[in-house]
Amino acid sequence: MPFLHIKNGRVIDPASKRDAKGDVFIADGKFVKSPTPAQKKSAQVIDAKGLVVCPGLVDIHVHFREPGQTHKETILTGSQAAAAGGFTTVVCMPNTSPVVDNAGTVTLIKAAAAAAPVHVYPTGCITVGMKGQALAPHGSLQKAGVVALTDDGLCVQSNELMHRAVEYAKMFGLSILDHCQDESMTEKAVMNEGVVSTRLGLKGWPHAAEDIIVARNIILSRYTGAHIHMQHISSAHSVELMRQAKKNGVNVTAEATPHHIAFTEEALGTYDTHFKMNPPLRTEADRKAIIAGLRDGTLDCIGTDHAPHAPEEKDREFDYAPNGIIGLETALPVCLDILVKKSKFQLSHVIDLMTRKAADILKLPAGTLAPGATADVCIFDPAETWLYNTYGAFSKSINSPWDKQNLTGRVKTTIVSGKVVYQNGKMLV
Amino acid sequence: MPWHRKHLLTIEELKRSEIEQILATAGAFRRILDRKVKKVPALRGKTIVNLFLEPSTRTRISFEMAAKLLSADVISFDAAASSTTKGETLRDTAQNIQALHADMIVLRHAASGSPLYLSKVLGIPVVNAGDGAHEHPTQALLDVFTMREKLGDLKGRKVVILGDILFSRVARSNIHALTKLGADVTIVGPSTLVPHWFESLGVRVSHNLREALADADVVMLLRIQHERQGVSHFPSIGEYTSMFGLNYTRASWVKPGAIIMHPGPINRGVEIDSDIADSDRSVILQQVTNGIAVRMAVLYLCAGGQPEAVTVPVT
Ligand SMILES: [Zn+2]
Repeated sequence: MPFLHIKNGRVIDPASKRDAKGDVFIADGKFVKSPTPAQKKSAQVIDAKGLVVCPGLVDIHVHFREPGQTHKETILTGSQAAAAGGFTTVVCMPNTSPVVDNAGTVTLIKAAAAAAPVHVYPTGCITVGMKGQALAPHGSLQKAGVVALTDDGLCVQSNELMHRAVEYAKMFGLSILDHCQDESMTEKAVMNEGVVSTRLGLKGWPHAAEDIIVARNIILSRYTGAHIHMQHISSAHSVELMRQAKKNGVNVTAEATPHHIAFTEEALGTYDTHFKMNPPLRTEADRKAIIAGLRDGTLDCIGTDHAPHAPEEKDREFDYAPNGIIGLETALPVCLDILVKKSKFQLSHVIDLMTRKAADILKLPAGTLAPGATADVCIFDPAETWLYNTYGAFSKSINSPWDKQNLTGRVKTTIVSGKVVYQNGKMLV
Repeated sequence: MPWHRKHLLTIEELKRSEIEQILATAGAFRRILDRKVKKVPALRGKTIVNLFLEPSTRTRISFEMAAKLLSADVISFDAAASSTTKGETLRDTAQNIQALHADMIVLRHAASGSPLYLSKVLGIPVVNAGDGAHEHPTQALLDVFTMREKLGDLKGRKVVILGDILFSRVARSNIHALTKLGADVTIVGPSTLVPHWFESLGVRVSHNLREALADADVVMLLRIQHERQGVSHFPSIGEYTSMFGLNYTRASWVKPGAIIMHPGPINRGVEIDSDIADSDRSVILQQVTNGIAVRMAVLYLCAGGQPEAVTVPVT
């Protein structure tokens, strides 16, 4: 493995409070402070002039559909999409087929992940079959290698079962990630309940159904001390509940998705299924509250909820199309646009939300350029405008609302464990 | 003014002038319906397919009648016979119908937005015969046609729509049509079926039946579809009827000259008592007749006909 010298770039590493022009050195898959004369001589130089050099991005919420639905995505294609988007660490959700409620499936995923160009961590289910009725074997799952537990896509409805789940998982040091949705209030719902659903005649998903579960989880976390992470927060009221909980020192965290900060329910006016997601896009007030939550730390990180679906599955009546969009290849430019350009966040703050802060939630060994750390790097041009075309992109699926749109901010090079895996539009491994 | 629209998908997208054009064309066809020989050759040689993926005998027959009176050939699919029950997608079903050289599709579908989707997929005109809880444009057109027949200009007229508004495509289409024509619309019913969100569509929301009925020129009742709502929207049919059913006493709150409408089929004794439904204030059967004329107008215009070309030949 060659010695890497990344030079002339603007190096941003929020974890080590670094934001200045400088060098990054990589030897044997790790960052090093400075090279020896011999290393310097043999170094492979990456010129990052005009570019930003930051830790590889971290996404703790992706769906890679393997095993079981590999026509939508595989661990390999999903990982390639991740690498192309500057992500070097991803955590994949267990709602595969079969679901990850047993050690065997974890082993299967880990075997496929070993060949992936980025670090892929599996999660396990909270309940058997994601049915919300009995606890999955959290201990065995942890032994097999899961980094957290979640029934994402579904939400444990029984408060008692959730209480026992967080209590039990805590014993293994596992966090619970929850998709907050009261199912009794959202049966057959396909979009946010409000003015737009009224006009379109679509069944509404009231934000109260999210808020109630967020509140429940805050109460359970406070009661048990267990860590609960709220996935894809979509409502202003949920942000408010989180803000209060954090003020009270409750052990909860939360994430926001690029699509919830970029769009509102107004985007559904023509029944475009590329805006159908769960939780649904909500109002402008909700969108603004999520951005405010990211600004003041109430929401901890960005998670894409990368959810691939085959074209024919999305190409149909709105009610019958599946929820979700892909997002790994567009997350960085979208966050640069919405957070940096339009909401005046510091660039380093946005990188923090997409690297260290995301990694910290699950204590993953990622998210910094500090010497000694695994050398995962994202090098991007914050100013380059490019046309995103899902055909020819790396994800197997094309369900993106940003398809054929100009985006600003483009990943040039992705380095994983000291190896260049993606460069200038090409996958190198 | 020429007619430019290929599809009729919603009332929301229509301009007031377009609604007027359809109503004027329907007026001419309505006069034809009173003749001994009702058939006109306007759509001779055209094939219209009624694709009804959600059952509705009344609307389907009305569209069939309208097409036949225009001399079109009509083929009707109903949900049970259709291949969509065998897992074929709407796109494939519709593209097959187009490949069979149909000239127009009339679509009834349980999913809101389906006609818009089909209009993007197909090259032939699509007429919305009701999509989910979204719109039912020809029903609203026949409703305003009937109101105008009885009351003249609707500007400033007060229309009360009573019942299950939340799940009603008839209500949404009527709200758009009536507000575009200058009527003053109040929607009434239990708060769970008449949510405040509707104010964004330019109507008044009320849960007080007596107050709403007091100065109404039109009382439009909607069918209570208890079976579609699950258990949570109101306690029981009995409770609904006791709070919002239109009975003799409540009908007496309405001012003289006001008319009572219902898109049918009616639940006698639920949203409306029989004696009111059959009273001389009720225009329920005129609505049915006018429905043919309105649908003739819509099929004719979407097939490329022009409003000014419809004249009533001397009988
Ligand atoms: Zn989810």
